[in-house]
Amino acid sequence: MEIKSAISGSKFANPYSGKSWRLGLLIVTTIVAIPVLVIIASLGQPFSSAWQHLFDTVLSDYISNSLLLMAGVGFGTLLLGVSAAWLTAMCDFPGRKILSWAFLLPMAMPAYIIAYTYTGILDFAGPVQSTLREIFNWSYGDYYFPKIRSLGGAICMLSLVLYPYVYMLVRIAFLEQSTAVLEASRSLGKKPWETLFLVALPISRPAIVAGVSLALMETLADYGTVAYFGVSAFTTGIFRTWYGLGELTTAAQLCAFLLLFVFALIMAERWSRQRLRFHRNSANKKLVRMQLKGWHAYIALLIGCLIVGVGFVVPATQLLIWASSRWQETLNGAFLSLLFNSFSLAAIAAICCVIVATFLAYTKRVFNSRLELGAVGVASLGYAVPGTVIAVGVLIPVAWLDNKIDLFSRAWFDIPTGLLLSGTIGILVFAYVVRFLSVSLNTVESGLSAIKPSIDESARSLGARPAQVLKRVHLPILRSSLLTATLLVFVDVLKELPTTLILRPFNFNTLAVRTYELASDERLVDAALPALAIVVIGLLPVLLITKSILNERASHE
Amino acid sequence: MNDQLVINQVTVAYDNVAAILKASFSLAEGEIGCLLGPSGCGKTTLLRAIAGFEPVTEGSVSLHGKSISTAKYTQAPEDRAVGMVFQDFALFPHLNVSKNIGFGLNKMPAKQRGERINEMLALVSLGHSAEKFPHELSGGQQQRVALARALAPSPQILLLDEPFSNLDAELRTQLAAEVRTLLKENKVTALMVTHDQDEAFAMADKIALLNGGQIVQIDAPYQLYHKPSSLFAADFIGKGSVINVGIDAAGLLGNNLGSLSIQTLPKDLGNTVKLLVRPDDVTYDKTSEIRLPIISKAFLGPNYLYELALTDGQCVPCLTQSHIDIPIGETLPVRFDLRHVVIFNGE
Repeated sequence: MEIKSAISGSKFANPYSGKSWRLGLLIVTTIVAIPVLVIIASLGQPFSSAWQHLFDTVLSDYISNSLLLMAGVGFGTLLLGVSAAWLTAMCDFPGRKILSWAFLLPMAMPAYIIAYTYTGILDFAGPVQSTLREIFNWSYGDYYFPKIRSLGGAICMLSLVLYPYVYMLVRIAFLEQSTAVLEASRSLGKKPWETLFLVALPISRPAIVAGVSLALMETLADYGTVAYFGVSAFTTGIFRTWYGLGELTTAAQLCAFLLLFVFALIMAERWSRQRLRFHRNSANKKLVRMQLKGWHAYIALLIGCLIVGVGFVVPATQLLIWASSRWQETLNGAFLSLLFNSFSLAAIAAICCVIVATFLAYTKRVFNSRLELGAVGVASLGYAVPGTVIAVGVLIPVAWLDNKIDLFSRAWFDIPTGLLLSGTIGILVFAYVVRFLSVSLNTVESGLSAIKPSIDESARSLGARPAQVLKRVHLPILRSSLLTATLLVFVDVLKELPTTLILRPFNFNTLAVRTYELASDERLVDAALPALAIVVIGLLPVLLITKSILNERASHE
Repeated sequence: MNDQLVINQVTVAYDNVAAILKASFSLAEGEIGCLLGPSGCGKTTLLRAIAGFEPVTEGSVSLHGKSISTAKYTQAPEDRAVGMVFQDFALFPHLNVSKNIGFGLNKMPAKQRGERINEMLALVSLGHSAEKFPHELSGGQQQRVALARALAPSPQILLLDEPFSNLDAELRTQLAAEVRTLLKENKVTALMVTHDQDEAFAMADKIALLNGGQIVQIDAPYQLYHKPSSLFAADFIGKGSVINVGIDAAGLLGNNLGSLSIQTLPKDLGNTVKLLVRPDDVTYDKTSEIRLPIISKAFLGPNYLYELALTDGQCVPCLTQSHIDIPIGETLPVRFDLRHVVIFNGE
């Protein structure tokens, strides 16, 4: 045997039978990819006459409103997120520490909930306008008050709850960038705000782009806010085409156009994450914050309180007031069964997600070839695809399958099966898995990355069999990641509205669906209790992130 | 036969590319061996084959007279009485120091296990850190935990994969000497992999030098340094220059280098030889009439390392005491002390 090249020999001896694992991986990935593939394939179907109708009437509205919404929310999240990050990462003033986690609170508030809460506060009959009329003795038509139920209103609502994405990423970018660069700028005669625009922001551009892309993905996915405000956007258009016109194919084709926007955002996000790696500055340095004194400190504190107040405290308080005013009527058996439905559905979906994610993460770890990387990449695209699109993408193949089963069963057993799968919990759970798999996958993968191959090998050389290695080493190390992954998916499922609206079994209600239905019927006060339940549970992941921020602070201070 | 480890004609290949080719090596009970070589020479592959993480393609590995790896059979790592210290230490992050050390003792009754753990903690003087977690320890402490963990089940051989490479340079040689004392006192048979000859010299009784997947020399550290059997070994081990020098039948060398005693020379030498000149083969002597121009010099604290030009332009090193400080460009009076010089055939 001739030596062609000597290998240093760090190849991980693979103790598993490869073929069945890899086959399993391919099957799982394919199934997960089906909804998106179905949507893309719908473009190959003939375009029906409904398109002419759409084209003549509402299509331009869908496109222009969606674009305006994205532009507005992009600007809004940028402004709020970067200000919040600048204040907490680069400045020091009384209250900064509290603000640095309080800025995350709006994440707990789904956009459709903040939207209807502010409608209640700011509408003609709401407390703000009533008070104004009372003070100035105005009546209807005497004064101008901006309409909350408008495109501008939707932009405000979405920006208020989505800016934390920008805040989180930009804050880390600010913390990790070298203070020497900022000090160099100051010593060259630039004022703090000039330094922000000339140095800090350009350096953090990848983080900003990544954060805004995530916020815009959520914007495109939003159905509840735009529907409630009566803004014609892509998601509402898809609902209308499917429920109003009964055109499933046309709805799918609309979804495909929406996906175009989504893919542009995915590209932007992935590109900037690549760049983020190059911008990491691992030099060991101590962060020196600008000490704000006197009225500067007050303004900083005021801005911070305003953002958190408007984004979380005011709507949460309003919900609390509404919910407590009617709890005797609303806190009943129906509400408890609503809780039970939501919790069990979210728990089932979360556990399924984590199981699939664990399988994918392990396959990738063991084989780690191009096949696995690609498969895991495909499987984790779901986070960017709007729930509405996934729901339509699930609906079409399931309806087709139901039809086939029915035909088959009639032909062979003379038993009509009807819609066997459509409108079952199983299909709903499948859609959730497609949508939220990446959330659990990220968490499990980062947990697994802590277990280097040498850890397995040292356990083996100390006498542990492969099964024992799993039980004595991997499970204890992974336990907290698995729990975190479960919790994150659980909360996301609980908040998810459009997927549930489209795919839920008949008369099956969840907290999110009930909140939305009551709010749409203008029963805002009655909607407060389920909404409040969602917000309270939504606080759990915020607590998790807060904990990691507190840990990371120890390393930066 | 009291050989504890015998590696016989072992080849390890991936996809028909050999990472290790026909390697043979053995260690007596209580002996400390070392696989030394540049990165990519296959030394880690050989170590992992002994541990059971890589199957061997040809040849055999046996431990304490029992065959553990052949082309047809690879005993599972957990069934070999082999302890391993990993390059990154691979401590279990979820277990404290005691539990890390006790990991391989799970079949022992609890009382006995506790005693063994305490014994090991005392051995590596970490008794006060028993309850700490790996991330709370310094690099040197982690290394000691890894060592104690690997030794706790009393393995028949201890394997160490670049055990000091994750530590500070200052700490390395000191720890290598400490670990050697510890292993010797406990009569542990051990095999270490490293690319650092200082570590190898500080630790090992016996060094196997590898290059391109093959063992090129097996010797004690002193022999390896002073009697390298190949140009590769001469070049890899220690400092020194290999120069081409003409030689006549009487053993007189060109370049004013003096003469070699003809009895010690190999019989079939040509007109030129390659000489390995170590810095300590050229000594400062202010009475000498051989004066060589100084090309460069480096201050090493107690010594100066000069690089001197011979008349034909080839360079030789020279180590002097550091108070002998002569500027670059001037000449240094030297004497050649060629008693230990290593000779290879010329072209």
